[in-house]
Amino acid sequence: MPPLLEIDNLYTQFFTSAGTVRAVDGISYVVEEGETVAIVGESGCGKSVSALSILRLIPDPPGRIVEGSIRFMGRELLQLSDEEIRHVRGREIAMVFQEPMTSLNPVLTIGRQLTETLTHHLDMDDDAARARALELLDLVGISDPDRRLGQYPHHLSGGMRQRVMIAMALCCEPKLIIADEPTTALDVTIQAQILELMKELTRNMGVALIIITHNLGVVARYADRVNVMYAGKIIERGTALDIYHSPAHPYTLALLRSVPRMDQPRKEKLDPVEGQPPDLTTLDEGCPFRPRCRYVVDRCAEENPLLEPVSEGHLSACWEKDRLRGPLKEAS
Amino acid sequence: MYKYIVKRVLLMIPTLIGAAVLVFFILRLIPGDVCELRLAGSGLYADPAEIELCRTNLGLNDPIPVQFADFVWGFFILDLGDSMWTGKPITFEIGLRFQLSLQVAFMATFVAVLISIPLGTISAIKQDTWIDYVVRVFSIAGIAIPSFWLGIMIILGLLIATQKFLGTPWMPPIEYVSPLEDPLGNMAQLIWPSVATGYRYSAVATRMTRSALLEVLREDYIRTARAKGLLEKVIINRHALKNSLLPVVTVIGIEFAFLMGGLVVTEQVFNLNGLGKLFVESVLNNDYTMTQALVMIVVAVFVFTNFVVDLFYAWLDPRIRYG
Ligand SMILES: Nc1ncnc2c1ncn2[C@@H]1O[C@H](COP(=O)(O)OP(=O)(O)O)[C@@H](O)[C@H]1O
Ligand SMILES: [Mg+2]
Repeated sequence: MPPLLEIDNLYTQFFTSAGTVRAVDGISYVVEEGETVAIVGESGCGKSVSALSILRLIPDPPGRIVEGSIRFMGRELLQLSDEEIRHVRGREIAMVFQEPMTSLNPVLTIGRQLTETLTHHLDMDDDAARARALELLDLVGISDPDRRLGQYPHHLSGGMRQRVMIAMALCCEPKLIIADEPTTALDVTIQAQILELMKELTRNMGVALIIITHNLGVVARYADRVNVMYAGKIIERGTALDIYHSPAHPYTLALLRSVPRMDQPRKEKLDPVEGQPPDLTTLDEGCPFRPRCRYVVDRCAEENPLLEPVSEGHLSACWEKDRLRGPLKEAS
Repeated sequence: MYKYIVKRVLLMIPTLIGAAVLVFFILRLIPGDVCELRLAGSGLYADPAEIELCRTNLGLNDPIPVQFADFVWGFFILDLGDSMWTGKPITFEIGLRFQLSLQVAFMATFVAVLISIPLGTISAIKQDTWIDYVVRVFSIAGIAIPSFWLGIMIILGLLIATQKFLGTPWMPPIEYVSPLEDPLGNMAQLIWPSVATGYRYSAVATRMTRSALLEVLREDYIRTARAKGLLEKVIINRHALKNSLLPVVTVIGIEFAFLMGGLVVTEQVFNLNGLGKLFVESVLNNDYTMTQALVMIVVAVFVFTNFVVDLFYAWLDPRIRYG
């Protein structure tokens, strides 16, 4: 049986006056039915673009998916007509965006924004859609749903709005939800609530989840599998356990040092990843992480390493991946 | 919402007072007065005593504060008084002209809204296609071409076309008739200036619609709507247009108010007896009462139009409605 979603060798680029931005530069990964997959990386590494590419929501111009394949339940999404992809959007694959403050339409009621998906995709009449909307608001933990339906987004707090976004995503019981940094814009205390909610709902409803984040701490608790992205490429992949306890890429290591860890003594201060993220318009044939890398060798400038196994199901794109896993353990 | 309306209405008062003070004092800074002009204006000799008598009769010799109080009080009880130049009641002088200007302003607005919103929308949706280029040329031309020149071209075009096809040249009628009496005759006169001014107006509004819509289409909530799989026409009509209309409504309001008092040259071209022409004459004649009345009327139209625009805002945007 084929996986739910299979992305193969995907390239998405933006053609701008400053040059071609190689935002997604040949990524491949799969999502199995019902599982939670994380995509982690610094801001600007192509996470959002890779997510938007799945639903073909890349603004064109300036962007375009130039190569690759995205198979969803056996269908090639990149081959679908505009009409066909619209039936996938919101119905089979739904999205939750980063900015709850701006992702809801300020001039339409919450009710309208919830029910329009239902009437559009599921041909519900107004009463049925309203009943379902009430049910959904209740499900995502919004109190007094009857009143909320008539309210506008500015009446709601950020956390509430993100709950509404989640309710919207769940509307048509999709097979897959893509959540693009769903908690980055929220208060720390709310973040955990929202993540728990998503975890619980997707598990109960058997929905697969792609969760995008720049916070490895989030990943450890919520993801079955993790893809670490750097400069448009996946540079390490493994289970949450692999990534957290035996990282095999210097970038992942650096990321781990930048988040607080429960399983280690508290350090004086966290190290952000040193150096600047690379300019995606001027990538060369070498490894894009080498200017910031502590383990750099001559070969890194000549050839960009491919994603290759270090153990069963754990892959890394680093020439020094084997050396990395030995001495580092001792050092930490 | 109720509070919002009350606030807007109260805000009109200081604007009107400010305008009254300004026009009253600025007029009196202009050298000469209506009596000199009337009696000795064309270089004739006039008896100073006669001029003095005229001044006394018109109240120009009263102390300034008394004159000001008279003016404000008159406006307050809606008695605008008589024209200092013609001696006839100002309401009589203004009546028909106001009706004419109001009608032209309404018709031009109608033309402009009818053209600009669909055109601006198509242009934004089809950005950088030939449709967009055609619309942009149309609207840039509209902004570049003065209304009076377009008016002249329209009149010439009418003359030439009627000469050619009917045998006799035809010009729009000059005499104003109320649309209630003779709708056809009324239209035959006013449709042309409405089109001439409406074109420029629609050009401004088209560009505004286009750029506002383009901006809204880049908003996150439009991406959300796309991710929901909605039809493109639903995304435009339900999610984008209402948000992008805010600046368009502002432009429409400003242009409408401008048409009520600023149509001097176009009125000349079409030989219309509108407010603009009366305005110029009253200033040239130092006809204080008339100029004051006209300024206050135009300001009142501006203020009222703004109020209507604010109501539209509240209707379009719940953040204002509940703010
Ligand atoms: N509409 C666009 N036009 C040009 N460049 C873009 C556009 N959207 C994204 N990019 C570029 O693509 C790269 C990846 O962006 P993104 O996927 O948003 O990063 P993130 O990992 O933070 O989500 C960035 O370098 C960004 O500048
Ligand atoms: Mg992003």
